[in-house]
Amino acid sequence: MLKLESALIDNGGFRVAADLSVPAGARIAVMGPSGAGKSTLLGGIAGFHDLIAGRILWQDRDIGILPPGQRPCATLFQDGNLFPHLTVEQNVGLGIDPRLRLDTGAQARVALAIEHVGLRGLGGRRPAQLSGGQQSRAALARVLVQGRPLLLLDEPFSALGPALKEEMLDLVAQIAGDTGATLLMVTHDPADAARIADAVIVVAEGRADPPAPTAAVLADPPESLAAYLGRG
Amino acid sequence: MVAAIILGTVAAVALRAEGGRGLGPADWAAIRFSVLQAVLSATLSVALAIPVARALARRSFPGRAVLVTLLGAPFILPVIVAVFGLLAVFGRSGWISDALGLFGLPPLQIYGLHGVVLAHVFFNLPLATRLILQGWRDIPAERFRLAAALGFAPRDTARWLERPMLARVVPGIWAVIFAICLSSFAVALTLGGGPRATTVELAIFQAFSFDFDLGRAALLAVIQIALAGGAALVALWLSPFDGTGGGLDRPVRRWDSGSAGLRLLDAGLIAAAAVFLVLPLAAIVADGVPGLMRLPPQVWQAAAVSVAIAAVSTLLLLALALPMAWAAATGARALPEAAAMLGIAVSPLVIGTGAFILVNPVADPFALALPVTALVNALMALPFALRILIPGARDIAEGQGRLALSLGMGGPAFLRLVLLPRLRARLGFAAGLTAALSMGDLGVIALFADPDTATLPLQMYRLMGSYRTEAAAGAALLLLALALAAFWACDRMGQRHAEA
Repeated sequence: MLKLESALIDNGGFRVAADLSVPAGARIAVMGPSGAGKSTLLGGIAGFHDLIAGRILWQDRDIGILPPGQRPCATLFQDGNLFPHLTVEQNVGLGIDPRLRLDTGAQARVALAIEHVGLRGLGGRRPAQLSGGQQSRAALARVLVQGRPLLLLDEPFSALGPALKEEMLDLVAQIAGDTGATLLMVTHDPADAARIADAVIVVAEGRADPPAPTAAVLADPPESLAAYLGRG
Repeated sequence: MVAAIILGTVAAVALRAEGGRGLGPADWAAIRFSVLQAVLSATLSVALAIPVARALARRSFPGRAVLVTLLGAPFILPVIVAVFGLLAVFGRSGWISDALGLFGLPPLQIYGLHGVVLAHVFFNLPLATRLILQGWRDIPAERFRLAAALGFAPRDTARWLERPMLARVVPGIWAVIFAICLSSFAVALTLGGGPRATTVELAIFQAFSFDFDLGRAALLAVIQIALAGGAALVALWLSPFDGTGGGLDRPVRRWDSGSAGLRLLDAGLIAAAAVFLVLPLAAIVADGVPGLMRLPPQVWQAAAVSVAIAAVSTLLLLALALPMAWAAATGARALPEAAAMLGIAVSPLVIGTGAFILVNPVADPFALALPVTALVNALMALPFALRILIPGARDIAEGQGRLALSLGMGGPAFLRLVLLPRLRARLGFAAGLTAALSMGDLGVIALFADPDTATLPLQMYRLMGSYRTEAAAGAALLLLALALAAFWACDRMGQRHAEA
C-alpha cells in the first residue's frame, strides 16, 4: 500500500497537499486541470520534489526521506526517458546497474525485456534511430528490468498518435499485470482512464483527493474536473 | 575592407621578409618557447578549470552569480594591470615571498617560463571555466533527473553524462587557449624576456625596436602567422568558439552529489579559484591607492590619449561590425568564421609591422602611432564583437525581416527603426568590450611610440621598467578603473531603453 500522510510537496514554491492511500497492485489515473499539480504529486512520490511536511510510506516503510534512485519507483516522464548517446541495450541495462556491469543473467534479462516490448533486433540502435513509439517501448523495457513495485507515468505517451498511445497503454497494463506493480498515471484523456485505470485521483488547486472508482468519477465528475472536461 | 587591411599588411610583411638568411638559433628558441608555454598554459588552464566548473555546476550558494560574472572579468582586465597584480602577490617582494621570508625561505622567482604560464593561467582559467560550465549547462536537466531515477552515484554521472560532454568541448577550448597564448606579447614582455623566455611575438618587437631590423621582423611575422594560423585552424575545426556564454547562473538540480566529502571538495575548489582570481586584483587596489594621489603628469596625459584611442577604436569597430554582422545574418554564413580566424591568426604586432612597412615610404610612421593603434585595436576586437552581434542580427533578420519588407521599409529606415533599437543591448556589450580591450592594450603601440607619446598601458610599463613602483601602482589602478568604466558606460548605454 502506498500512503501519503498529510503530505505537502513543494515544487519551487508551488505546493500540493495529499492525504490518501493507494492499495498495492491498483491502477490509478491522476486527472485534473493543467497546472493543478499532477506532475508535482508524481514528482514528490518519486523524490524529485521536496516533501516539506507529512510522510510518504510504501508497505509501511518511510520512503519520503530516500533519494530518488533508492525509492521503489520507476518513473517515465513526458520526455528525456532515454540517454540519446547510448544504445537501447545500454539504456535498458542501466535499469539493472548504473555501472553497466552486467553478468550473463542480467544480459539475458535485458534481451528478454527488449523482445517483450517488441524491439527485437533493435538493441544496438540509438534513440534517434527509433520512431517515437519505439522510443517509448525502449523506455518501457527499462521499466521492466528495473522491476520496481511502483510505476509512475507522467504522460510519457502524450506525443504519440491515438492508436499508438492505446497500444502503449495496453503494454503498460500488461507489464503492470505481469509484475504486480502499482500504477499511477497522469492523463488528460478520460478514455485513457477508462481504458486501464480502476480508480482516479483528482488533483485540483494544489490538493490531491483520495482515489475514487473510475466509472463513478467519469459518470459524475467533481466540479473542478467537470469544468476541465468541458461538462460544466 | 577588413580583409584588405589584414591581407594587405600580411602581404607587405611577406614581401619584406628576408628568407635568405634563414632562421637563427634565437628564432628557433623563440618558436620553441612560444609553443612550449602555450601548451603548458592551455593544459594547466583546462585541467584546473574542469574541477572548478564541475563544482560550480553542481552547487548553488549565495554569491554564485557574482562569482560567475567575475569569471568574465579577466577578459576586460588590461594585461599589464593583471601582471602588476600578479607581481604584487607572487613576485620577489610580493605577499607570498614576504610570507615565505618569515619562515626563512627564499622568495619566489616569477620571471621566466613559470611566470608567463602563471599569468596565462590567471587569464585563461576563468575563460576555460566559463566555457566548460557552459558545457555542463548544455546537459539537459532531464538527463540528471533520469540519472537520479536510476540511482546514479557521482562516478556514474561522470561516466555517462559528464565525460562524454567533456570529450566534446575540451579539445576546442584547449585549442582556443593555445592559440591565444601562442600570440602572447604583453605577458612575455613583462614576465619573460631574455633569450630563454621570448615568444615569437616578442621577438618581432625586439627585432623592430632594438635592432631595427625590418627584414627579420617581417620574417618572424610570417612565422607568427603560420603558427597562430595553424592553431586557429585547429581550434576552429575542433569546435565553434562562443565565449559569450549567457545565462550561466542557473544551477541544475542534482541528486547525486550530496555527500559531505564532495561538498567540502567543491567548496574548497571554488574558494581556491576565487582567491587566485581576487588576490591580484586586491593587490592592485591596495598598492594603487597611495600612488594615485601622486601620479606624475605624463600619466594623466597618457590616460587622456588612451581614452581618446578607446573612443575612436569603439566607433571604428561599430562601423565595421554592424554591416558585417548584418551581412552574416542575411547570407554570407562563412564570413564571421573567416573573420574570427583572421582575428586569432593575425596578431597585433604582425599587423603593426605590416602597417609600418606600408607607411614608412610615404609618411613618418611614428606620427601615425595613435591612428594605427586605434585601428588595430578595433580589428582585434572584431571577432568578439561579431560573435556577440551575429546571433542578434540573425534573430532580427528571421523575425522582422519579412515584416519590414512587406511594409516597404528602406535600408536607412530599417537601420534606424528596427536594427539599431533591437540590437542596442548587444551593441552596447560589444562596444564595452572593445573600449575596455583598447584601453588596456599594450601591443602595437609599443612598436610605434616615440618617447613622447604613450598610452596609459605603455606609460605604466615604462614606469615599471624604471622601478618607479609607486607611480606604476597608481597608474595600474587608474587604468583598471578606466577600463572597467569604459566597459560599464558602453554596456549601460546599451541596456538603457533596450528592447527585449
